[in-house]
Amino acid sequence: MTWIAIRMLTGDRQKFFGLLFGVAFSTLLISQQLTIFINLLERGATAVYNIPTADIWVMDPVSRTPDVALPMPSTALDKVRSVNGVEWASPLLRSGATIRTPEGDLEGVTVVGVDDATLIGLPKTFIAGHREVLYEPDSVVIDSSGAAKLFPPGFDPIGVRLELNDRRAVIRGIVDVDPSFTSQVILYTRYSNALAYVPGTRNRMTFILANASDGLTAKQVGERITDATGLKARTRDEFARDGIDFIVENTGIPINFGITVALGFVVGVAIVGLTFSLFIRDNIKQFGALKAIGVTNAKIRLMVAAQALLVGLVGYGIGILLAAIFIALGSINSPDFKGFYTPWEIPVLTAFVVLTMIMITGWLALRSVLKMEPAEVFR
Amino acid sequence: MSDLKTAITLHKIVKEFSTGSQTIRVLHGIDAEIQSGELTYLVGESGSGKTTMISIIAGILYPTSGSVSVFGQDIYSLSDDDLVRFRLQNIGFIFQQYNLIPTLTAAENAAVPLVAAGMGRDQAVKKGEAMLDNLNIADQARKLPRQLSGGQQQRVAIARALVHEPRLVVCDEPTAALDAKSGRRVMDLLREVALAADRTVIIVTHDNRIFDLADRILMMEDGRITHDGKTLPDH
Repeated sequence: MTWIAIRMLTGDRQKFFGLLFGVAFSTLLISQQLTIFINLLERGATAVYNIPTADIWVMDPVSRTPDVALPMPSTALDKVRSVNGVEWASPLLRSGATIRTPEGDLEGVTVVGVDDATLIGLPKTFIAGHREVLYEPDSVVIDSSGAAKLFPPGFDPIGVRLELNDRRAVIRGIVDVDPSFTSQVILYTRYSNALAYVPGTRNRMTFILANASDGLTAKQVGERITDATGLKARTRDEFARDGIDFIVENTGIPINFGITVALGFVVGVAIVGLTFSLFIRDNIKQFGALKAIGVTNAKIRLMVAAQALLVGLVGYGIGILLAAIFIALGSINSPDFKGFYTPWEIPVLTAFVVLTMIMITGWLALRSVLKMEPAEVFR
Repeated sequence: MSDLKTAITLHKIVKEFSTGSQTIRVLHGIDAEIQSGELTYLVGESGSGKTTMISIIAGILYPTSGSVSVFGQDIYSLSDDDLVRFRLQNIGFIFQQYNLIPTLTAAENAAVPLVAAGMGRDQAVKKGEAMLDNLNIADQARKLPRQLSGGQQQRVAIARALVHEPRLVVCDEPTAALDAKSGRRVMDLLREVALAADRTVIIVTHDNRIFDLADRILMMEDGRITHDGKTLPDH
């Protein structure tokens, strides 16, 4: 009977496409919004993961994320270096500033000052230039998304002079990093330069990056640093997680995305439920005839289940494909989408949501068929 | 077991419908026997109870009391599933509005009872085509119902009712939507294809254009059989 059920459904093009649209739209909305949500959350961790060399981040005890941090006195660096188990420790300055572009526009930027001697804190991959360009006077390295944001497509920013807090800064390299949560332009420079670019209070060092000696874990060394100095020490993964948690706790993003995902589900149920009910209502006499002829309720259930499953599978496939295309096109064309990806959990979760949706709508539609007495076909 | 000639026995059939606090008795203790090899008409005004009676005979509406024996089987003593199976194996249905599945071809529609009984698609459709051939519409086998005339759709419905060779065929107003000529042709077909010594056909109708084709006419009024004969009473 399955092929009959499928033919009944696909033969009614209008309703079939209506059902597919409902499921596909719902799938697209849910998976696309979840993808953006997850990637936005992960932007809270990019500042940490963009510096792969450091296992341990040391900071003032009140600091919470790479962008919400209280600077420490420079003496803290020596204290950390003296802790048993610390292989090396380097200063890192991270602070907001304002630049004036050659066109005269103002743009907020994040200035990252990395260790003068070792350049620890600098991202690994250069798209243009190389690490040593930072040793040149007034040299800064810009992140690729920032460059795309500041300059028109195809423009080579190498050699461009910026006015950074009233001081000259020359772009001499481009690094490949994922943008931060705020999508601000990031300028990397040497620590000594950063101190000049970012005027501030007596304490200027935002973080100390450190590594554990052989045989010790980052967690163990971090605890030692805290015990010895009173500073807060987080492993790379812990600090990345802190950045994500900060967004969850301090922004309305989870609620807003949650509402959109819920709306996707509700709209999907409404469209699919209504169309499915219309389809069943249009075919109620045929279902009644089948029941009279001798098709059992169990077979009717299988027929409706096959119809719902077909709609669910095809609609889900279309929706996921559209979501993937949307994310892929976004990643190619917009610096804000750079590095966006769809974790495997999202299609799985969306499949579960779609399954729930078609089970609810299928059950609602089926009720009228099961309740129908076969004798009604004679009336 | 009943007499071999007797296809259906109705014993004190009562049917009541409840509407809120009101109970309406539609059939008042009907006793009747219907023979094999006969074209039996159930006639009467609207509301006389003929549709209720044919539904009970066909095993799709439980009587309030009484028993129905179809080819020796007390059908309402069967479990629900067994009753469904009994219908599938023994009864063919022809509906007034045909109730063909609009997205299946004529041959596929005709094959539905065989598919429901578990036969493979190809084999069932072949048998459906053969039945359409018997009814002289083999050339319409690949068409959808909306591409067929009313008479052709009725033939497809007849093919669907007969494809699994049921012993009882029940028809609800089979000629109501057809002109006189097509109606008589459909009745001739039914007599030719559906009727045999061990089979019976019951037709609910108030189409007086075909009354002369009946072997037996049971006339109903107010839930009772008021006439049983080869023709209608004179009054």
